[in-house]
Amino acid sequence: MSQQPHGRVLIGKPGLDGHDRGAKFIARALRDAGFEVIYTGIRRTAEEIAAAAVQEDVDAVGLSLLSGAHNELFPAVLDALGQAGAKDIPVIGGGVIPEEDVPALKEKGVRAVFTPGTPLQDILDAFHRAVDEHRSHRS
Amino acid sequence: MTLDPTKLIDGIRRRDPRAIARAISLVEDCHPAAEPLLAALDDAPPQGVITVGITGPGGAGKSTLTQRLIGHYRSEERRVGVVAIDPSSPISGGALLGDRVRMMHHALDPQVVIRSMATRGRIGGLCAAAGAAVRIMAASGCNPVIVETVGVGQAEIDVARLADLTLLVLAPGLGDDIQAMKAGLVELADILVVNKSDRADAEALAMEMEPVARERERRLCRTCAADGRGVPELARTIEETHCAGPEGGLQARRDRCRQAEVLDWAVELLRPRLRETLQTMGAAKGDPRVVARLLLETVGCQNLKASLPKETQ
Repeated sequence: MSQQPHGRVLIGKPGLDGHDRGAKFIARALRDAGFEVIYTGIRRTAEEIAAAAVQEDVDAVGLSLLSGAHNELFPAVLDALGQAGAKDIPVIGGGVIPEEDVPALKEKGVRAVFTPGTPLQDILDAFHRAVDEHRSHRS
Repeated sequence: MTLDPTKLIDGIRRRDPRAIARAISLVEDCHPAAEPLLAALDDAPPQGVITVGITGPGGAGKSTLTQRLIGHYRSEERRVGVVAIDPSSPISGGALLGDRVRMMHHALDPQVVIRSMATRGRIGGLCAAAGAAVRIMAASGCNPVIVETVGVGQAEIDVARLADLTLLVLAPGLGDDIQAMKAGLVELADILVVNKSDRADAEALAMEMEPVARERERRLCRTCAADGRGVPELARTIEETHCAGPEGGLQARRDRCRQAEVLDWAVELLRPRLRETLQTMGAAKGDPRVVARLLLETVGCQNLKASLPKETQ
């Protein structure tokens, strides 16, 4: 093929949070880093995000949340992916998330959690790693 | 998730979303399992599936209109497939695929299959991948399958050729009606759609396009995708236009599409070999077309020599 992207990633915002500047910023940064980014917008339910992730055959899901509901919604997306037969798709979360909540989220299966101030390259590296791992398992 | 073509085909026919999605990825990535998969699907192609192309300048409301059409077909209990194509960045190879965001209304409907696809800088192969995606969706029972592209480049125009009939969506205030005519999109379209008809200047655009449509014996529809006005009429026009063409005409068109797809695959399959061989040839000196002919001969396409244009002395 003429130009292979690094992989496919879905970026979405679950719940009622409408602040999408961060999500759009990450979506553009991922695009500039060579990923195909399916942007699913704001106010999505966990089930909608999981259904889209399956249909688009993505290698990773990025969730952005600034409303504080991450402890409910990030695991909800993990559950929904599991229900859709896609628990192999890694989930990376970012947003306004207190550091003390991060270990529990990781224990529930979130691959990485990024809080405000994280250098962009760290976020991109995490996506690269998650995507590469996912792609190597399915070949 | 399995890569066994037989299991995937079984999954496709059972309408398993993951199997459908994996199969499309295999084709997009040129995975070796793609060929047996597509060959097996071709053994028993579904009949009577209509492919609708939706093209037009950015901002005309194509995705919103597609969402409305999906809603309409769903109200008729039809299973719908959508391939939404967006351009890849020629710099990074990545892409922002933002059509789906306007169709999320149908995200949980298992009878709606949406796949976002990037052009990936393919000169021809876009047709090949999109055509295969359409066939995979059709094999899962989708009818119609909608292919949505931004109609600005040759690749996107080629994709419109994949469709049984094509809608050109225009909207007032974009200044793109002239651009569309320049790009040859009007020739390509079977139905002209003036969207955003709630706007005051929409009627002026419609009046401008009406003689253009009449000249080419095309229908013109007015829609307001934002609130759904004009969509049932558009769906009816699609049906009537599709049925009005002589059966022979549709078959001829499909044969031409098939040929275009075959050519696209041939170019895409040849490309890596050409690239490899070119690298072993070292620094290519001289006229590029002369070098290209040499390259083809080296790769083993001697029998092509006669049909290539002769270089001027």
